[in-house]
Amino acid sequence: MTPATGISAPDTPLGKLRHIWTFATSSGQAILAVGIVGFILIVSVLSFAAFMADTYITSFDPLKMDIRARLEPPGAEHWMGTDKIGRDMLARVVAGSWISLSVSFAVLIVAAIVGTTAGLIAGYVGGIVDEIIMRITDLFLAFPALILAAAIAASFGGGMIPTTIALAAVFWPWYARLIRSRVISLKEEEFIASSRCLGSSHRQIIFHSLLPMVWPLVIVQATTDVGFVILAASGLSFLGLGAQPPTPEWGAMIFDSLTHQPASWWLAVFPGGAIALVAVGFNLLGDALRDHLDPSLGAADAGV
Amino acid sequence: MGRFILRRLVSTTFLILGVVLMTFALARLLPGDPARLIAGARADADAVAAVRERLGLDDPIFTQFVTYIGNVLEGDFGRSVITRRPISEDILTFFPATLELVIFAALISLVLGTALGVVAAVRAGRPSDVGVRTVAVTGLSVPDFWLALIFQLLFFATWGLLPFGGRLGTGVTPPDFVTGFMTLDSLLAGRFDLFVQALRHMILPVVVLSIPSMAITTRIVRTTMLETLSQDYVRTARAKGVSPFRLYTRHALRNALLPIVTIFGLNTGLLISGAVFIELIYDWPGLGRYTANAIAGSDYNAIMAITLVVAIAYTLINFLVDLSYALLDPRVKLA
Repeated sequence: MTPATGISAPDTPLGKLRHIWTFATSSGQAILAVGIVGFILIVSVLSFAAFMADTYITSFDPLKMDIRARLEPPGAEHWMGTDKIGRDMLARVVAGSWISLSVSFAVLIVAAIVGTTAGLIAGYVGGIVDEIIMRITDLFLAFPALILAAAIAASFGGGMIPTTIALAAVFWPWYARLIRSRVISLKEEEFIASSRCLGSSHRQIIFHSLLPMVWPLVIVQATTDVGFVILAASGLSFLGLGAQPPTPEWGAMIFDSLTHQPASWWLAVFPGGAIALVAVGFNLLGDALRDHLDPSLGAADAGV
Repeated sequence: MGRFILRRLVSTTFLILGVVLMTFALARLLPGDPARLIAGARADADAVAAVRERLGLDDPIFTQFVTYIGNVLEGDFGRSVITRRPISEDILTFFPATLELVIFAALISLVLGTALGVVAAVRAGRPSDVGVRTVAVTGLSVPDFWLALIFQLLFFATWGLLPFGGRLGTGVTPPDFVTGFMTLDSLLAGRFDLFVQALRHMILPVVVLSIPSMAITTRIVRTTMLETLSQDYVRTARAKGVSPFRLYTRHALRNALLPIVTIFGLNTGLLISGAVFIELIYDWPGLGRYTANAIAGSDYNAIMAITLVVAIAYTLINFLVDLSYALLDPRVKLA
């Protein structure tokens, strides 16, 4: 059986839209998940657009300092208060959304491409190639994830791009293993043998027969992983490895707040709440997608 | 079973060798001049050359790797630029505090996570199940360094119920060092007051540290229990009148043991990672805080040494997990 292909959406744009709508309203969890994730995406796209166009409303510039308004608690003028140099926290938390999301998407795109390629090759070719690729994934998984990511990011001297590479290095083995096990069972099915008989090359089989059947798995996994990557990325920034000042990154903002505790609680509460909201949203969305695409799977391998 | 253990032993040995090679590669092959890092940013060219000479950084890379393995086997990781002490000594000093934290957190997440997972599975679809699942998803999504801080703000700063951090109150003389566990050492010294104090200091760090792994355990146990509860043998047992309690514990939970053990192994990785943040927030004098400080202070020798030691420990734990399969499940033989 190939349950994961239940995603085959009708090809017309309207049909696709209807398909998404069916999913988004399929359960209470799906409604909640789509609501949260939709809200976050809209906020981050708007904030990115404002950043690119450089047209912040004066009071909404995440980098604009106002020494007279230092460490103000949340109030009518600054809904989330201001930080130690009078920057508006709401503006910074909002700006942090596209930073976190873009890092997370970059990490997952790299991890999914590398992992899926490795998994397809390992599962399809088998033998010694499979053995080598799987032992490499073992090696990456032999380190506690955050420790390996921190070591890699530190080796590169810290910063956004090293963080992205470090996190991709931590996440790709899961994709390789997931895809490999799926490919191994798919490989035995008749349609692969028949397309071999019809003269398809190995490359055609991998890209035209196998890839379309495994990519829904990748999408579901990646959706769930967005939350975990954002947690890990903000963790690295908290340790001083990721985003550097004055970038309004959530983890870095929480670290900066430490010297102002317990007096200025708002400096930590709002960025952390934002991280949690994004992670909850994508976790729920991943679970809902999994249930929707294959109810029999349940949340079988969720959480790891 | 003997062959199973032997095979695992061989593959674990190779894995550890791979871990050593990878740490070496991270330390030597990535951009940045290790001699410059060790000599310090303000050292002149001669000083850097001297360090280069002393560390053998001009030798062929293979010779360097052999030297590195030799050093690792001797437990020589060089000196920390922060504490100015040999890193191996630092690790031994700071390790017990972290181990105490991790053991308590691992036990709590195992016991509570399993209990919550069983409750959720038995009452699937009802409010208590929805409640447990909501808590589990939240527990997985909340950054632990943030939660640690929020709890500190609430329980220490606002309500004054629990101490700010550390293992004992400031100025309190710790009991004699025997095990390195503050709880055990205070009991061994016959100081019950210190024992209570040590426990009070552990509450917040242990609770926050255990939350993510507890959430994962809950989800895995719930899923596995749901699967086993729908099996024929469970229905048969139910039909012949086995009491529900016995059914859930003896019949269903027993089959969920394997995933629980697997996840326990993986969770130790999560706990080790989590300790870095939680020890930093709660000023807990363990390996986690040491690591966080090493990262903040660009102490590369220390970072790489900890990465290596932690990865080897983690690999050995997962080796033990593999071995326990053979004990728990007679079907695992020569796989």
